[in-house]
Amino acid sequence: MGKCVCIIAEFRHGAFRRVTYEVASEGKRIADALGIGLWAVAAGSGVAEKAAELGRYGVEKVLVIDDPALENYLAEAYVPAVADAVAKCDPAAVILSASVDGKDLGARLAARLKAGLAQDCTQIVCENGKIKAKRPIFAGKCFGWCEWAEGALPIVSCRPNVMDCLAPMEDKKAEVEKVQVSVADLRSKVKSIDLDTSGKVELTEAEIIVSGGRGMKGPENYALLEDMAKVLGAAVGASRAAVDSGWRPHADQVGQTGKVVNPNLYIAVGISGAIQHLAGMGSSKFIVAINKDAEAPIFSKADYGVVEDLFTFVPALTEEVRKLKSSCS
Amino acid sequence: MNVAVLLKQTPDTESVIRIASDGKSVATDDLKWIVNPYDEFAVEAALRLKEKHGGTVTIISWGPQRVVESVRTALAMGADSAVLIDDPALEASDGLGVATALAAAVKQINPDLVLCGSRAVDYDQAQRGPMVAEFLGWPHLALAVSIDSDGQTVTIERAIEGGKVVLESSLPALVTFGGSHAVWNPRYASLPGIMKAKKKPLAVKKLADLGVDASEAGAAKVRMTSLEMPLQRAAGKVIDGGLDMAAKAVELVRALHEEAKVI
Ligand SMILES: Cc1cc2nc3c(=O)[nH]c(=O)nc-3n(C[C@H](O)[C@H](O)[C@H](O)COP(=O)(O)OP(=O)(O)OC[C@H]3O[C@@H](n4cnc5c(N)ncnc54)[C@H](O)[C@@H]3O)c2cc1C
Ligand SMILES: Nc1ncnc2c1ncn2[C@@H]1O[C@H](COP(=O)(O)O)[C@@H](O)[C@H]1O
Repeated sequence: MGKCVCIIAEFRHGAFRRVTYEVASEGKRIADALGIGLWAVAAGSGVAEKAAELGRYGVEKVLVIDDPALENYLAEAYVPAVADAVAKCDPAAVILSASVDGKDLGARLAARLKAGLAQDCTQIVCENGKIKAKRPIFAGKCFGWCEWAEGALPIVSCRPNVMDCLAPMEDKKAEVEKVQVSVADLRSKVKSIDLDTSGKVELTEAEIIVSGGRGMKGPENYALLEDMAKVLGAAVGASRAAVDSGWRPHADQVGQTGKVVNPNLYIAVGISGAIQHLAGMGSSKFIVAINKDAEAPIFSKADYGVVEDLFTFVPALTEEVRKLKSSCS
Repeated sequence: MNVAVLLKQTPDTESVIRIASDGKSVATDDLKWIVNPYDEFAVEAALRLKEKHGGTVTIISWGPQRVVESVRTALAMGADSAVLIDDPALEASDGLGVATALAAAVKQINPDLVLCGSRAVDYDQAQRGPMVAEFLGWPHLALAVSIDSDGQTVTIERAIEGGKVVLESSLPALVTFGGSHAVWNPRYASLPGIMKAKKKPLAVKKLADLGVDASEAGAAKVRMTSLEMPLQRAAGKVIDGGLDMAAKAVELVRALHEEAKVI
């Protein structure tokens, strides 16, 4: 068995992403169960200064790859460097985030290290010194437990927003060791990057999602949902029907061929609840359906259903939420 | 420009998933099969590149005989030829083993560009594309929502958490496809296309034909040992009780705040 559990931290724009703390917390639980330490590999531009803070989540040692060329994720630049650092850790298991980049990195890393990869896991357990991981398949219509062959290195990517974060130990610092790499002679590059600075909440990481379907009737009516989302601090999603109609950008599509989301609260507005849509949001902790058709299948999945015309109900609901928020603050 | 597309056949997204009697696989008896939607996007993109630059489009697929139907669908859309890896040795394999075989098939064709889905909508493994690129020693660009090429380089646009990026690579390279039907709007197979597809070359290969060691590629590092269904959601509550519209809004906010504690 390897000598540590190794997590791969995700560092973007000067900070670790929240999911990295979830990954570290999960890594700590697994490392404790195996009776070994928790190490991390952190790559990025400027990451050296921040790496010690991973100690707050139980990381003992961080191998840091700090290079301006790693400002943005590019597989060709990241993979060789991260793979070398991971190999140095001699891990019993590697855990990273199932973010867009994490899944990409995990896949190439598995090929390079000849490891067994389980993507997008929602639970990791340790049984008799061996790891098992649970992951959704068919966009959540079913779940599968993965086990690794004797001697195979497990690489597990964790779905964001699912694993619990440990309470940070504020005074703990991780030991930091710099790893030298040369990121050169790349055939691929980031040509331009366009960051959305509107503060829009990313669907897959949102705690509340308000989603609209064909019942919204047209793109202009999404203002109703945007208003409610603003009051709730929510992200706005859409069904495929709304995206296919050109009302909403494709990145907003929730479902089997869109994003699989698991917020605390999912409010489906004017969405019938087709099986492909349910697959993408069925694991939300609470589901609210607003639909004027009492027979719509979405009601069979909803914790709370309201049979009303959305055009009158949504503004009324937004108003009530606003009242609640102002009385709470 | 010669393009290869990695294509997987998956159950129709309408499918209700049931666990088979072995407890570790999905019952396939009453499933309908389709081309994995993301691979359909890749086929569409390949055909558009061919329309612009000439060259050929080759479909590569691993799977049992039923996969031929989906491969023919891609040929009917306009692809030129196909390679079907039909070798039961891969059945006990994992993502890595399948990627090894796919990479070997790509090498034999030697294309300028490989296109594939970002994930297959069955097991959502989201790994074969980058793995194949790694085995080929090529760069890959992930999750394209647009693609363009000048014959020397390939450029894609992709969404990232909190924005979008434009990525470029020199050829040869591999590109995985994201986006949605609205983005790619894949063409349907025309009737003449379907007729022509029947005569297009489809080579069936065993792992040995690809120079792949079956015992190595077939040995899974990770495998699914049991399946379970998601927890059934308790029957929900329709907020009604003779309330008028405004009162329902009040009651819903109360329930979300006090019972569910999510707002
Ligand atoms: C390969 C494939 C992949 C797919 N992938 C996805 C996917 O990823 N995501 C996805 O969402 N779908 C997907 N679909 C499509 C899916 O099958 C449905 O067609 C789609 O989800 C329907 O969207 P909808 O609920 O918005 O529209 P509809 O089914 O038309 O429902 C609209 C609802 O709005 C209600 N409504 C209308 N007016 C009002 C009003 N004034 N007030 C209140 N309610 C109102 C209606 O009662 C109805 O229930 C996929 C389909 C295929 C074939
Ligand atoms: N059996 C297969 N045959 C051909 N291509 C495949 C196969 N499995 C996966 N792929 C390709 O790899 C992509 C990602 O699949 P996966 O890693 O299974 O989610 C798919 O969209 C296909 O393009």
